[in-house]
Amino acid sequence: MQMHSLAFDVSHTLAGGLVLISFMMLYQDRLYSLLNVFALHALVLALSVAWQAYIQDAPHLYVTAVIALVFKAIVIPVGLHRIVKQLGIHRDIESAVGIGMTMLAGMGLVALSMVLMLRVTADADPLAREDLAFALSVVLLGLLVMVTRRNAVSQVVGFMSLENGLVLAATGAKGMPLVVEISVAFSILIAFIVIGIFLFRIRERFDSVDVSALDDFRGERR
Amino acid sequence: MNLGSFNPVSAVLLIPIGAAALLAVLPGYRLTARLNVVASLATFLAALSLFAIDRPPPGPYVLVDDLNIVFIVLNTFVGFTTSIFSASYIAHELDTGRLTPAYLRFYHAMYQIMMFGMNLAFVSNNIGLMWVAVEIATLSTVLMVGIYRTHAALEAAWKYFILGSVGIALALFGTILVYMAARPVVGEGQDGMIWTLLIEHAAQFDPALLNVAFVFLFLGYGTKIGLAPLHAWLPDAHAEGPTPISAVLSGLLLNVALYALLRFKILLAANPEAIAPGPLMVTMGLVSVVFAAFMLYRRRDIKRLFAYSSIEHMGIIVFAFGMGGPLANFAGLLHMVMHSLTKSAIFFAVGHISQIKGTQRINRIRGLTVTHPALGWGLVVGVAAIAGLPPLGIFMSEFLVVTSTFARQPLLAIVLVFGILLAFGALLLRLTSVAFGRPRGSTASAEASYVPMFAHLALVLGAGIYLPAPLVLWFQNVARLLG
Repeated sequence: MQMHSLAFDVSHTLAGGLVLISFMMLYQDRLYSLLNVFALHALVLALSVAWQAYIQDAPHLYVTAVIALVFKAIVIPVGLHRIVKQLGIHRDIESAVGIGMTMLAGMGLVALSMVLMLRVTADADPLAREDLAFALSVVLLGLLVMVTRRNAVSQVVGFMSLENGLVLAATGAKGMPLVVEISVAFSILIAFIVIGIFLFRIRERFDSVDVSALDDFRGERR
Repeated sequence: MNLGSFNPVSAVLLIPIGAAALLAVLPGYRLTARLNVVASLATFLAALSLFAIDRPPPGPYVLVDDLNIVFIVLNTFVGFTTSIFSASYIAHELDTGRLTPAYLRFYHAMYQIMMFGMNLAFVSNNIGLMWVAVEIATLSTVLMVGIYRTHAALEAAWKYFILGSVGIALALFGTILVYMAARPVVGEGQDGMIWTLLIEHAAQFDPALLNVAFVFLFLGYGTKIGLAPLHAWLPDAHAEGPTPISAVLSGLLLNVALYALLRFKILLAANPEAIAPGPLMVTMGLVSVVFAAFMLYRRRDIKRLFAYSSIEHMGIIVFAFGMGGPLANFAGLLHMVMHSLTKSAIFFAVGHISQIKGTQRINRIRGLTVTHPALGWGLVVGVAAIAGLPPLGIFMSEFLVVTSTFARQPLLAIVLVFGILLAFGALLLRLTSVAFGRPRGSTASAEASYVPMFAHLALVLGAGIYLPAPLVLWFQNVARLLG
């Protein structure tokens, strides 16, 4: 019983930490600091997944943890740092909505996901249901980051934090198959996005990776 | 594996993968384009042989049943005809220098990987594997949409990518929730994701959890179906990529997402306490139909026009499946097949037309039936079919959808008919200007492949006049399965 409550507390803390870091992303107004916060996000995710692997006695989850640590906490942020530098866009992020409004919306979303998930999963075991509620919060906050940013790199960061929420949910669902495969699939997807920004030379063609600049080239502008 | 134990299921998966590997390394346009056709034909034949063999019992990964055979055969058939069209289309793109040989190799390899992803999604019995397969298919089409690397193509690919990824992510969350609902009943691990096991025990699942799961799955896969208001990626992706890709996007990829949605709809229907998925699907379907019908009037780009028409038709199909019941399901299924065939035929015609005219703008294309009779009249028949004129197949399926709805929910039927008529008007308006009148634009002769287009149109016409009894029986059977 003692062990169980420790397991519960630690995973609770880590999952809650992820939600907190998602909030930190909402108010970062520079790309570099946003990338640093994301690296922290991925690090906490790796810890959380490793902890789940330990308490569920599921060694394959360590693979997911290592992917989160090496790929998402180190390789991607470093790579994006370089891209941001090469593209020369380490200026302020233009946030489409004000920070105050964004934070309020974020709180609303977290409240929504808590109410929804805790009510719906009343019968599930407490560890899984709180994990799921946190995971949904992280997913929705990631969506919020994507909606409020117009810069392509920060949209990608938003998408990756959303995906971290999904990995959290998948590892929290005890014994779920294919978690490792899904996290690999997601890593490939993200690698494609990052390589896409770089290889498709959005900078070269648009002079900016601001998505609103892309809008000007729509086929039907009259 | 020896020849004695020929396994069509692994054939429809392994042929595209092997072909993709070969096409990625082989040089030369003629060879690779032909190989692409041959591989697609072989996959289609393997899919056909699914009818003949004894079905394997549903395993942890693979399932073959009446429902997915329809999808697989349709998928591989349109994949095959599109590969023929693609060969002549791409030759022109090479001549004009829009594509380089290196990109061509990439294009052909991606084409086969996309076919693999779609076939995998259809045969998978595991909801996690199905999700991965849909992701593979999406990714490969994103890469092909952006292949011209123009401003517009990159914007379209980016938008498709971001929206598609969000859709995919939501669908995964839904998938996890389904597993959570299944775990207390089915048990931990692999079993909690096997669709045939899930459906057996669905009645004991926690209904509240299933409801939330379905909402996520509906939004996620609905994005990929292109339902309004989640459709924003669809017109751009259709307009800016190579036309063969527009044909498979409309004709096939939308069906893949629809198929995934249908599987979960069946799952939800098996639980008496969960919400009925019908009203959600009916609402989104109707919104898509009416929205797309209005948007059709404002289109100036011919590929965008038909992309919006795809949104309209996917709306009709989702509406029909949402209404449920044997007749509406039958109509939805028939409509899906007819739409795939017709819309890809239209894109075959439009692809050659825009190559000849060097533009996709509708007001620069005039009098096609005079200058290019085969293409022009092909387009006329195709548009007449897609607009729902008798005696073509879509008239029949739309008629079935509408009449079956009138019998049950007259108000909904009125909205549906309003949307269909609105779209009908827009399409005919554009058609008359494009096909008739004084010719405008280049009159260069076409080096087109007419066979795929006319084969599709002949099938649509044939189905409109006479549906063979075995086919009707098969569809009725599937319609019962869909509940």
